[in-house]
Parts: sequence; structure tokens; C-alpha cells
Amino acid sequence: MCDVKNILLCGVGGQGTILASKILSTCLVDAGYDVKMSEIHGMAQRGGSVTTQVRYGKKVYSPIIGRGSADILVSFEAMEGLRYLDQLKPEGVVVVNDYKIPSSTILAGLEEYPEDAIEILKAKAKTKVIDAGEIASSLGNPKAMNIVLLGSLVKLMGLESLNWKSAIEKCVKPAFVELNIKALEEGMNAV
Amino acid sequence: MKELLTGNEAVARGAYEAGVVYASAYPGTPSTEIMETIATYKGDIIAEWAPNEKVALESAIGASIAGARTLASMKHVGLNVAADPLFTFAYTGVNGGMVIISADDPGVHSSQNEQDNRNYAKFAKIPMLEPSDSQEAKDMVRYALEISEKYDTPVLMRMTTRVCHSKSLVELAERNNVPKKPYVKNLQKYDAVPAVAKILREKIEERLKKLEDFSNETELNFIEMNDSKIGVIASGVAYQYAKEVFKDGASYLKIGFSYPLPMKKIKEFASKVETLYVIEELDPFMEEQIKAAGIKCIGKEKIPAMGELNPDIIAKNLLGKENRVIEYDRSIVAKRPPVLCAGCPHRGFFYDLTKRKDIVITSDIGCYGLSSQPPLNAKDTSICMGAGFSMAHGAQKVFNKFNEKMKTVAVLGDSTFFHSGITSLLNAVYNKSNAVFCILDNRITGMTGHQENPGTGFTLQGDPTVITDIEKVVRALGVENVRTVNPLEISEMKDAMDWALSNEELTVIITKWPCVLKKLSQKDKDDFGDYKGLCYVDDNKCIGCKICIKTGCPALKYDKKLNKVSIDKTQCVGCKLCVQVCPKKAISKVGE
Repeated sequence: MCDVKNILLCGVGGQGTILASKILSTCLVDAGYDVKMSEIHGMAQRGGSVTTQVRYGKKVYSPIIGRGSADILVSFEAMEGLRYLDQLKPEGVVVVNDYKIPSSTILAGLEEYPEDAIEILKAKAKTKVIDAGEIASSLGNPKAMNIVLLGSLVKLMGLESLNWKSAIEKCVKPAFVELNIKALEEGMNAV
Repeated sequence: MKELLTGNEAVARGAYEAGVVYASAYPGTPSTEIMETIATYKGDIIAEWAPNEKVALESAIGASIAGARTLASMKHVGLNVAADPLFTFAYTGVNGGMVIISADDPGVHSSQNEQDNRNYAKFAKIPMLEPSDSQEAKDMVRYALEISEKYDTPVLMRMTTRVCHSKSLVELAERNNVPKKPYVKNLQKYDAVPAVAKILREKIEERLKKLEDFSNETELNFIEMNDSKIGVIASGVAYQYAKEVFKDGASYLKIGFSYPLPMKKIKEFASKVETLYVIEELDPFMEEQIKAAGIKCIGKEKIPAMGELNPDIIAKNLLGKENRVIEYDRSIVAKRPPVLCAGCPHRGFFYDLTKRKDIVITSDIGCYGLSSQPPLNAKDTSICMGAGFSMAHGAQKVFNKFNEKMKTVAVLGDSTFFHSGITSLLNAVYNKSNAVFCILDNRITGMTGHQENPGTGFTLQGDPTVITDIEKVVRALGVENVRTVNPLEISEMKDAMDWALSNEELTVIITKWPCVLKKLSQKDKDDFGDYKGLCYVDDNKCIGCKICIKTGCPALKYDKKLNKVSIDKTQCVGCKLCVQVCPKKAISKVGE
């Protein structure tokens, strides 16, 4: 029963973690897997810490995983990767976006941003650092960084052969399909 | 056809397929998307936002008595508001079937408490269903309606955050257009005066016996025999967690119909296994009843009675198994609490209040509740919807009696005002309060993700409707001192608050400006204009005094090394609050 794979995506409200998870889940379902996806977000519209968990395999029971259970941790923001590092299996992989968003407590001067977040991740786990903001900007839309990160995840999980084009078409507006497909490819190439 | 649906979407689909004709709700996380999804079945289902949960349930009761299948949904605390009609509706029973959804929030992700609403089923003596994933959520709506009609009772369905907000595969089916039942006047059933209620009370006890028989027979409660060393009784998502941990290494009694419990089936199952665990989220709801029936089991000795359950807790507490985890210093990770958005109109209001001394701010439940975060540190309390206004009244009376110079400022939003703020304000007027009551009207129900309300001009299903004018309502309740202001204009806000705090009588301040994330209607554009744009900081003028940072706007960032503030272009909407507070006039709006 250890055929079930666990993916944890984390980031800041507004970064598009939920859309990325939706595309991922849709594609996995189309490929015939049993899939459960869980969103964990606070009550506010924006600015809080957000995670989604996607589990896939032959048969999935629980929609959530616990500490030390994720095969891969995809962090859309550097410090958030550190927040959820304990969810990763010790032999798991971290994909971290080289991108920092200070929280309200940092902006207010009450806490410090851990500037060495990415260095700590590298020291603690097998870590791939992606400058998704730069890659997405080169494609003409910095907001597409979520799909760049999804691309890297796809590559590392060995899911490149699935029909991503169809999943993207199902989840985003027609005007953004092409951009997202490119962003996904660039993300795959980045790891 | 199979689709990946959240539990909430699955409930909506279940309502559609089961022939529901009328549905009503008040938005509340984690239940909101149920009614938002039902609304998309326009033409088949009449879906409405009610101003509060009591009204939602009462409207659904009317629809049921008229003969249609109906649904009412709410978050767990919403059922407290709707408890009054619930308990008597349990007596009268239904005509068209009725299912009431309670979306509980174990772990308190987005609520003010963690109550276990399974207790309401026992308390009101009505049957209860507990789905464990989206497929069951969909199927159980149909079961609930059938049970409702067969046993003449409303049925409670308890969802939890994890079932509401997780997606799993659901097999879709066509709509079954259940014929409407004819309405028949029946005072002995629907007119719950004491003489009638006494008779109905007996009916309920008989019904409960029949329902227990049903509980023992229904496929909603089923046994899976594997290894007999460990037996697990579980309901809701706890069943999925148990399966995750024990897999085929234990036998299960899955409880889908959890009130009344299938005690015969439980006894039979208990007799076949060596060690019996009861795994349930929050209260020992099943466990206490099972133990009271003289059956030996292990439950809350091992499984926590608070917080959200997960497979790890079960594995650790029942099997002593723990995952290896990466050890690191978590203390360096800064907190990331949700914040008032950049450009949020509430910020201007609270910024003024942070300047005031000797005030108590009694808040309600909504975005404005986030004002307690630093640097605003504004509100003092929050209890439940409407309480902001009622508490201010009570507190002010006490301060006055003891000659303390404290002034109470009550805060709630437009949707909350309609929910239960109106009656609280009426109480304050009637009982001659002199507190300051503030209605932060951002033209939408903000916190739950932009639901229409009686003030917005649109119904849930998108039809234009009457716009209730909050100021007119306030005046009609008998308030004479009312001012409506733009909270993003600091001087206007300050004047109004000076006036209100110095006034000896009850005053109402209405702040009116749309939520920054709102998709503006034509009327909004006519009323508020196209105000969006960008502010920027002139580095030559910025002295790094950080006064602008005190507004708490997430678009403003202070750089220690440079001793300058900068503005994040992707977040700024040009509300100009920072422009007004900057003592060096270093901030201005582009193009102005």
C-alpha cells in the first residue's frame, strides 16, 4: 500500500498554490489514479500561510498527511518551505522558489525574516532551488511562477508523460493556456 | 462520469441529483461553497442567501411544509443561531424532505469555537449522517432526504472542515425530479401550540425507536471483517484516517448514520473483536453511548477530544508508531497571520481608533476581526455575530454606572449588521445606550469570499434586487446621530470619531467603501468612481520614520539598511492612506 505518493505545496495566500494543485490533481485523475486533495487555508482572502496536499495512488484513504510523510515539498516562498519542512520524509525532496515575501509581523518590525532559509533547507534535505519569478517574468507574466514550480514538481515526480495540456485547458481561462503550458515546460527544464 | 469534487461541491451535486427544489444558507467557512455551488443549478433549484441561519432554516421549513425537498446549510456556530426553529421542527416533522448541513470545524481553522454538532442531533432527537469523503457527501444527501420523508423528520448531516474542503472522486448521476408533495393544512402537525406539542413529543420518542431499528439495518453502517485482534468503530473522516493507519490489519464498523447509533450492530461487532477502539473527532459522542450500553471500548483515553484528528495521531497513540522527521530550529520561522489587504477600507477606520485612549472596541466576526493583529492591535473582543453591538451596550452601561470615563466602540460589517446587528442596535436604542456603534460597510460579505447580501443589490443567483440602505435602517430604528463617511479619508474619519466619542447620546458611524477585492458593479463604479492606481515613495523625502508602517498595510516595506520605505507595486491599489499619514509628504499617487 506504499504506492500512495504525498505532495505538499505551500506558499502565501494569493500566490496560486491552489490553482497549481488543481491542475496537478486534475491531470492525475485523468491518468487513472485515485486522488485526494486537501486545502488548508485560514479565513482571510490574502496574505496568510496556505498549504495544499495532494495524495495519489491506487487507493487513497486519508485526504491529509502528517509530519514526516511528504515525498516532495514544493514551497512557493522561501520561509514557508522552512515552516513545513517537518512534513517532509527525511529522504524526500524540497523544491523551493527563490522568492521572499515578508509577513505582516516582519513588516511591523516584530520579527526578522530568516534570510538563510534556503541555505537551511539545503543543509537539511535534498533541495532544488528555482527562481520561478525570473522564469515566469521571462515568459511575460511573473504571476505564472506557480506553474513553473508545478513543472519542476512534475519532472521530479516523473510525471512528464501525463497529459498536462488537457489538464491546463480544463483549469485555466483559454487566454492563459499557452502561457501556462510554456511555464510548465520551463519549470521541467529548470530541474 | 467521475469528477474530483470537494465535499461541499458534492453536497450541492447531491442536492441537485436528489431533486431538491429550495435551498437557503448564510455563508460561513467551511460551509460557504455548498450554497455557492447549488446556486449554479439555477432553474432547477431556488438557492438563496438568508440574512442569518435562523432565517435560512425557517425559510427551508416553509418550503418543506409546502411540499418540496429542501436543504439548509451553515457552519457549526450557525446552527446555534438556527437552534430555535430546529428543536420545534424536530417535533412537527416535514412534508418535503429536509436535510440540514452543519459544517463543523475541528481544529478551529476559521471559527471562534470548536463545538461538536453531533450533540445537536441527540439534543433535538433527530437522525444524523456523517460522510467521510466527497462520494459519501453526495450520496448521503439523497439518503438524508429519503430518511426525512420516510420517518417524518428533519435530518442533520455533519460535515467537518476536512470533508468540506478536500477533493476526492465522485461518480455523478442525473437529476431525479421528485414530484412536489401537495400542501395539506394540518394544525395537529405544524401548529406547535402546547396542546399539539405534547402529542408530538410522544411521536418523537416512537420515531427514535424506529430510527434505531433503521440504524441497525441500513447499509450506511457497515462491518468490514478482517483481522479480529483490533476492531475499530469510526465515523466521518476519522474512518478514512483509521483505514490509512490500520489498512487490512483491523476490522471496522463504519458509522455513516450516527444518531441513533446501531447498538445491536455495535454489540455484534464488539463480540467479534479482541480490542475495540472508538475513533471519532472531538467529543466522545459515540463512545459515551457505547460505554453506557455496557460495551467495553477504548476511545478518548487514547484519542484527543480536541483539535483536528489525523492519521499520525492514531498511529502514534494506538500503535506507538511515529514517522522520522527532519529536526531543525523552527523558532526562526516568522509568523504569517492573515492580514487586512492592501487598500482595505477597514484600515483607515482602525488607524483612527489606534490614536484613541480609554476606549473598548467590541468587534464582531468578519475581516475587521483581523484588526487585532499588530501594528493596529485594535479590537478588544469577539464572541459571535451581532455580539459586537450588544456587548458594547452592556459594557457601556457598567462603565457609566461606575463613572469610568471609558467609551465603548462597537464594530461590525454590513453582512453582520443584516445578520443580527439590527436587533442588537434596536436593543441599544430602546435601552438608551450612549456607546458608539460602527457599521463597516464594504459593500459585500468579505471574509467568506464575496457573497451578496441585502445591501449589495444582487441575489445569490445573480438577479438584481432591492438595495437595503443601511443609514435609512439605522434612522428607522430610532437613531438620530448618524454619519456615513469614507474611512480612507483620515480627516473625515477623525471628525466623525471625535464627534461620536464626545456625544452624550448613542451614535452610529457608517463607513462606506467597497472591499478592495470586490468586483465592482456598475452602481459601485457610479458611487465610488475608478479609484485604483499606485502610490510610490520619493526616496529623497523619506526619512524612515515608519509612521506609514503603523497603518499595517502589507504593501509597505521598511528597509533597515537604507532606512527607507518602499511600496510593493503588485499589492498597492492607491488607497492613499499612507499618503495622508506621511509627515514628510514623501508618498504620492502616480499620475496625481
